[in-house]
Amino acid sequence: MDWIYTVDHKRIGLMYLWSILLFFFVGGMFAMLVRTQLLSPKGSIMDQETYNRVFTLHGVIMVFLFIIPSIPAALGNFVLPLMLGAKDVAFPRMNLASFYIYVVGAIIALVSIVTGAVDTGWTFYTPYSTTSNASVSMMTFAAFVLGFSSIFTGINFIATVHKLRAPGMGWFDMPLFVWSIYATAIIQVLATPVLGITLALLIMERAFSIGIFDPAMGGDPVLFQHFFWFYSHPAVYIMILPGMAIISEVIPTFSQKTIFGYRAIAFSSVGIALIGFLVWGHHMFVSGQSPLASSIFSFLTFLVAIPSGIKVFNWLATMYRGNIKLDAPMLYACSFLLLFGIGGLTGIFLGSIATDVHLHDTYFVVAHFHYVMMGGTVIAFLAGLHYWWPKMFGRMYSESAARVSCALIFVGFNMTFLSQFILGSRGMPRRYATYLDQFQPLHQFSTFGAWIVGLGFFIMAGYLFASFRNPKNAPPNPWGGKTLEWEALSPPITHNFHDAPIPKHGPYDYRPNPAPIGSDH
Amino acid sequence: MNWLRDWMLPGQNSAYTRDYDLMFMSIVGLCAFFFVLIAVLVFFFIIRYRRRENAGPTPHITHNLTLELVWSIIPLIIVIGIFFWGFHNYMNAAVAPGDALEIQVTGKKWLWTFEYPDGMRTINEIHVPVGRAVRLIMTSEDVIHSFFIPGMRIKQDVVPGRYTEEWFQPDKPGTLQVFCAEYCGKSHSQMMAKIVVDDAAKYAEWLEKGDEFTQTAPLKEVGQRVWENRGCKECHSIDGVKGQGPSFKGIWMKMEKMSDGKMVQVEANYIRESMMYPQMKVVAGFEPIMPTFQGLLREREMLGVIEYIKSLQ
Repeated sequence: MDWIYTVDHKRIGLMYLWSILLFFFVGGMFAMLVRTQLLSPKGSIMDQETYNRVFTLHGVIMVFLFIIPSIPAALGNFVLPLMLGAKDVAFPRMNLASFYIYVVGAIIALVSIVTGAVDTGWTFYTPYSTTSNASVSMMTFAAFVLGFSSIFTGINFIATVHKLRAPGMGWFDMPLFVWSIYATAIIQVLATPVLGITLALLIMERAFSIGIFDPAMGGDPVLFQHFFWFYSHPAVYIMILPGMAIISEVIPTFSQKTIFGYRAIAFSSVGIALIGFLVWGHHMFVSGQSPLASSIFSFLTFLVAIPSGIKVFNWLATMYRGNIKLDAPMLYACSFLLLFGIGGLTGIFLGSIATDVHLHDTYFVVAHFHYVMMGGTVIAFLAGLHYWWPKMFGRMYSESAARVSCALIFVGFNMTFLSQFILGSRGMPRRYATYLDQFQPLHQFSTFGAWIVGLGFFIMAGYLFASFRNPKNAPPNPWGGKTLEWEALSPPITHNFHDAPIPKHGPYDYRPNPAPIGSDH
Repeated sequence: MNWLRDWMLPGQNSAYTRDYDLMFMSIVGLCAFFFVLIAVLVFFFIIRYRRRENAGPTPHITHNLTLELVWSIIPLIIVIGIFFWGFHNYMNAAVAPGDALEIQVTGKKWLWTFEYPDGMRTINEIHVPVGRAVRLIMTSEDVIHSFFIPGMRIKQDVVPGRYTEEWFQPDKPGTLQVFCAEYCGKSHSQMMAKIVVDDAAKYAEWLEKGDEFTQTAPLKEVGQRVWENRGCKECHSIDGVKGQGPSFKGIWMKMEKMSDGKMVQVEANYIRESMMYPQMKVVAGFEPIMPTFQGLLREREMLGVIEYIKSLQ
């Protein structure tokens, strides 16, 4: 019960973890409904107006209630202070407040769902969203509230990284997880307010017809798209950077080898965060945006791809001549390299204006973003979940069950979404409740894949919950990691460490005689 | 690799689609190369460097400037090249030739209406002649829609309050599917249209005879559609209320007084003459302002108007 007013970052992290896992399940159920409906063009299980709500809710729940908070608020909260050798984050009460705000936002979203839900797509484009009679204002208000949860987390992490590092730990002695979470926090703080204002304007347009998006009153519906994507593009970097953060931890540990290109990875995280603010117009190439603006956005979009590529090569180089153990976290990290690889590469089709025109608003885009968000972020989240599970709960899970789950998810995921690239390039538009007969075989293949993914997650829920029946005897460092969280107990004591730790070596120094911290730059 | 292109993409229907597909398949090749590279390295490394308990410490390789520069600069050059290629193709797609056939497109939930330069209007279907550039000038009456022609590899959002454009030039006869590609509510998935590309002879026949509805629907319905879409209803009501022109209600076979005092019966010939030569016999009490529909209405459309007026007792 005292968890309700806890200010312990570990407990807040766990409360976030259960919450985001719950919403991942809910959003996943909506996905199953979507895919099952699309087994047949006749629409197997629901009418079109219901389908429009179901696909919208899948997106809204997954984006705002699951993926944006997931890694930073659940895993980041738990692990970040430990990695820095700190007792907690800089502002523990603000941390609890951010969780409560999340809960309030989630409740408002649930109210919206039961009072008419939303049928606008998670992107809420005007004028459809200003004129739909669904519960749009309530849901956008929920997203508005949830934004503050994200902002508070960002503020907290920035202050923590600046001020609470262990003695001797300079910026280039921090784990790369910290660098990426820090870059994410910058985006959270700078971009989320823009979403808040945009949604507030949408609500005001619905309530008071202020006309900002209404051409009949001199407004511009495309202006909404600019406002919306100014946040929502950086938002996708809020989603992927923490995933990359985890990969930067898992690969060195399971290769027992120092990370290749520490500085390149650190700077690329910050570079992605900053350039990510300049590319939003690549969502709008066919919106009526001028060719000049589209060209600039296209060029910058290609630039932002380079740091991500650099990271992938650095991770591969880390594995070279390593001593690799393929436990579940590493299986997920290797999956990430393949799946995020596909996701990132298919972004090339979409960053190039001409090729994007044909593919925009088709299943190709749906496939691309599922490869980066699910094949990227979710897979990385699972890597982190399995990596820090013993640290968080003091227990190990069944490794063999974990491998079965990983295989099912990997195979099912590719079945679900590889087929969608082809659906898209062949001209199948997205957000369709029904479709022409010619598209049915690929849709069916995709749906079968979705069921396999679902099975994989079902098994995962089983073995993770079952792990709580194992004895609480996980060692402090089951994987041989070199970052400070592995010097704490599993789970850590309330104040994390008995005495404030003074790191003796760098975070990725696997040498038998590691160099003192700070000397390895 | 043509089989792969034909599997992944719709049929090619213009010079632009061939340019597009070349670029698309080139990117496919590029992605395949890098994906295979990553996959081969991952699999090779996890096998070759798998955990051996008696292995010594791993080498402490922190960086390699040459390698890092190579794998930063080469991808940068590649993507900049793709940027220029995409930009170049886009500029070709964005600017229509001056002699294009212009068709006005209006999207509204959940259908497309089209208007030709001669005033002819159709719903959800247009015919175009092969080999001629067609420029679509588009607007929406309500929310944002998008006019997507996969067979031409083009789409453009259709926005209320402004005009947007796209163009294409079909190089062979056939039928092109059109989808709405911006979510617009309940029947978004059914907001489809067809572009029928006719050879010169068939196109001329279509211009003369009209679309399938015009050719086969009952005359009264054809007439009603003409009344709704071709400008009649702006002046001639069907409920008895006087407008710029006489109401059509109850006029069939009536004896009407003209502006020169003569009495004329409202029968088929009079109605037809009024559409072709509207100034010849103007009903008393009305201004001689009706425009001629000579060249704008097909035979069946005129017959349809007569049948429609007959039905308005």
